[in-house]
Amino acid sequence: MYFWDKKTECMSLDELRELQGERLKNTVRFAYDNVPFYRRKLDAAGVNPEDIKSIDDITKLPFTTKEDFRDNYPFGMFAVPLEQVVRIHASSGTTGKQTVVGYTENDIGVWSEAMARTLSAGGTTKGDIVQNAYGYGLFTGGLGAHYGAEKIGASVVPISGGNTKRQLQIMQDFGCTVLCCTPSYAVLLGESAAEQGIDTSKLPLKAGFFGAEPWSENMRREIEEKLHIDALDIYGLSEVMGPGVSYECMEKAGLHVSEDHFYPEIIDPETGERQPDGYKGELVFTSLTKEALPLIRYRTRDVTYLFSDNCGCGRVFRRMHRVLGRTDDMLIIRGVNVFPSQIESILMEIDGTEPHYLIVVDREKGRMDQLEVWVEVSPKMVSDEVRKLEAIERAIVAELESLLGISLKIRLVEPKTIARSEGKAKRVIDRRDLNQ
Amino acid sequence: MRVNQISVFLENKSGRLSDVTRTLADNNINIRALSIADTIDYGLLRLIVNDPDLATQVLTDNGFTVARTEVLAVEIPDRPGGLAGVIDILAAKNLNIEYMYAFVGRSGDHAIVVFRIEPVEDAITVLQEGGMRILRGEELHSL
Repeated sequence: MYFWDKKTECMSLDELRELQGERLKNTVRFAYDNVPFYRRKLDAAGVNPEDIKSIDDITKLPFTTKEDFRDNYPFGMFAVPLEQVVRIHASSGTTGKQTVVGYTENDIGVWSEAMARTLSAGGTTKGDIVQNAYGYGLFTGGLGAHYGAEKIGASVVPISGGNTKRQLQIMQDFGCTVLCCTPSYAVLLGESAAEQGIDTSKLPLKAGFFGAEPWSENMRREIEEKLHIDALDIYGLSEVMGPGVSYECMEKAGLHVSEDHFYPEIIDPETGERQPDGYKGELVFTSLTKEALPLIRYRTRDVTYLFSDNCGCGRVFRRMHRVLGRTDDMLIIRGVNVFPSQIESILMEIDGTEPHYLIVVDREKGRMDQLEVWVEVSPKMVSDEVRKLEAIERAIVAELESLLGISLKIRLVEPKTIARSEGKAKRVIDRRDLNQ
Repeated sequence: MRVNQISVFLENKSGRLSDVTRTLADNNINIRALSIADTIDYGLLRLIVNDPDLATQVLTDNGFTVARTEVLAVEIPDRPGGLAGVIDILAAKNLNIEYMYAFVGRSGDHAIVVFRIEPVEDAITVLQEGGMRILRGEELHSL
């Protein structure tokens, strides 16, 4: 079994709980004193930082949501002045506004540590060459994996996403041993390697760390067969930190949460009531060491369950099952968060489009996720000329791609062909087979 | 002088064209000319029928999206160079043809070609000055 920091990852449960309690007290006090939003929230809930004495007191605290980020856009959730913030990332919000997160130098250190644990758990050492095909940019995937690999002392190839041919060339020429990317991109790389006649069993590539989108055990098998590697699931979200919040060990049986930094809970999404380990519900995180953006009981909207039976690797950290679904309608497409409400707001702004649309997400074998938006044509859009329809299509595509940051296809369909349902319209068809 | 053309939006899936022709047949509407402009996913069916108002109504009632456009039906001498002569007249005046297609029937010993040209007023003037005869809607439908 591989470890980055065995002493911490395998501390006793009592030590861990003690540490979590101590850190929770500090986090709540720090957030209360430095973020007006948290002060108001705790005051309204009648909770004083003094009331937090151990980790069990966490249930006294109110929840934080994605809407809170929107309401405090862009920097209202920060607990330190910008002079101390060394990095800013952002991800999609439910509407036009991005969810903005910030990091102090120390936060970047913790994040790197968490990613170093993640990569080490799959056997990455300083002797490895890490091909990092996560996108670099506002998305946390690229830089998160990058800093973790550097922390270990591995040689990082910051190739970023896309350009499959070059990826395979560099993979062979450099002798990359570790791959980081989304699972659907790993499948694509495997398929492309086969098409090009590359014998992946002869390559030094040994492990891959895949996350930022939902996947399945079937996909794991497919990736492992195609690339001849161990495929490990990693989890994270920018609000909590980025990739590395939880990670699989070589047992490949759930993701260990770095509980000394990120405290997980499962709640009933309807009542907000805490669920015991083993029960499915919404995953909630509290940061225990973050400075720039302390996070108190953040509702991730991801559905999973936690379990604490001893893992064969010996880590004390509880595991979460791979994410089973969402409590909202957010889609994750090629690592990018997409809310149907974002697409709807754009369509409403374009003259002549009908409010009837359907989002179709598909993952054909060996290809990346495809996003199609079906739009019913209206009498206003139709004329005797195809180029006018094509111009409307192009305008919609340009607006949506600019907002979402991913490529997509518009399909114009005949009126009344998108199913109307009673009450809430069905806006999304997700054909990806993710729960096996 | 101008003829009403109706355009119907159709997804590229089997049976849709027959849905249109069947709807028109059931309402005793005669198709006099048609053309299709298509892309990978959809097409626009352009029709000249004997009763454009009724056609628009019955197609709309049956869930189709219909647009109306004015086009010109021009008599063309039915011999080599007949079409070239008309197009030369338009080209000389820098008038662009958006699209054109042939009419099924004939007018005496002339063929008939449907033109979509913008601006339509200029096209009428230029064609008439060039000695071309443009058919009226009623004339066309009675052929």
